[in-house]
Amino acid sequence: MIITKAARAGTLESSDIFIMIMPNTEDGIEIQLESLVIKQFGEQIRRVIMDTLQRMEIKKVKVIANDRGALDYAIRSRVETAVQRALSNEEES
Amino acid sequence: MMPRLRRSMLFIPGNSPNMIQNAGVLNADSIILDVEDAVSIGEKDSARNLIKNALMQVNFYGCEVVVRVNSPSTAFGMKDLRVLSQSKPDAFMIPMATEKDIIKADQIITEAEKKAEIKEGHIKLIPIAETAYAVENIAAIIKSSNRIEAVLLGAEDLTADLEITRTKDGDEINYARNKISNICKAYRIQAIDTPYADVNDYDGLLKDTIKGKNLGMSGKAAINPRQVDIIHTAYSPSPEEIEYAQNVIKAMEDAKAEGKGVFSYEGKMIDAPIILRAETVIKKAKLAGIL
Repeated sequence: MIITKAARAGTLESSDIFIMIMPNTEDGIEIQLESLVIKQFGEQIRRVIMDTLQRMEIKKVKVIANDRGALDYAIRSRVETAVQRALSNEEES
Repeated sequence: MMPRLRRSMLFIPGNSPNMIQNAGVLNADSIILDVEDAVSIGEKDSARNLIKNALMQVNFYGCEVVVRVNSPSTAFGMKDLRVLSQSKPDAFMIPMATEKDIIKADQIITEAEKKAEIKEGHIKLIPIAETAYAVENIAAIIKSSNRIEAVLLGAEDLTADLEITRTKDGDEINYARNKISNICKAYRIQAIDTPYADVNDYDGLLKDTIKGKNLGMSGKAAINPRQVDIIHTAYSPSPEEIEYAQNVIKAMEDAKAEGKGVFSYEGKMIDAPIILRAETVIKKAKLAGIL
């Protein structure tokens, strides 16, 4: 699937991650990551974002991620929510 | 079988990773991950995903994990139950409970359990009695599903429904506390008391907790981790109660060995209700890790 609409999820609070996804003009998945622990965990955060997108069959998207020390489950959750929001046509009620 | 110990049930906002991942170390018997009142309309989807993944990956150190979903009468509630059942929480808490909502929740959970190959009946239900209707019909609500293990009294919404003022003394909810605790005892399930709203008033919390306990409640909800230990103090057997119970049991065993049908302890005749009370104290002390 290709993301055609921008969406975001998460917060900038401690232990959370703010995810913004948007259409990518280039092919594939592009991740821009900012994190206080990028040296220690940058690779792992990117891997979780990538795995989640691949599991959701997203092939073309740009991701901007601002991490505040989120654990894997929180990263996965925020990416899932952002993708679901980008793909949804209507609001929940 | 002695039910799970639920002296304290601590509410945790369902969209906060920081609070969710630390919830298991706060010493509460149960934690309630809240996707209802603690989460704004625009963040329900986010909280649902966060709780789903947390249930699968976060270590809650053996603490019971309950999810308060949105009302099954809403699209949010239906989706909460469908999505979150697959992650196997210990129980769902159902707000504004009615018989119809409980039946609907039970059906959705049963389908989800089958789909996820979870043992049927694994996920329990805890209705919240927070309307005049629910208090008056709590027996029918309890009978709506075999999954129900406890009922939570929700005094804030109840007093709003009754159009009366909620006070610290709580006299206005005496009737509801009596009714809920009595009916829960009749059906051998637990009655969980309403939370105490002033998180800085520890004396008031202790007084309110003891009041609920004396009316037959089996535990109390908490809205702040600082309330947990005070609630445990009130709902755990005291050293004196444990010692007395142990002595009663020992006296009973001695009497049996001597072939006596009736016996006394400290000058008081001991009969079946006193033995039952002593046995309950010992079981509770064991569950609480005091014995």
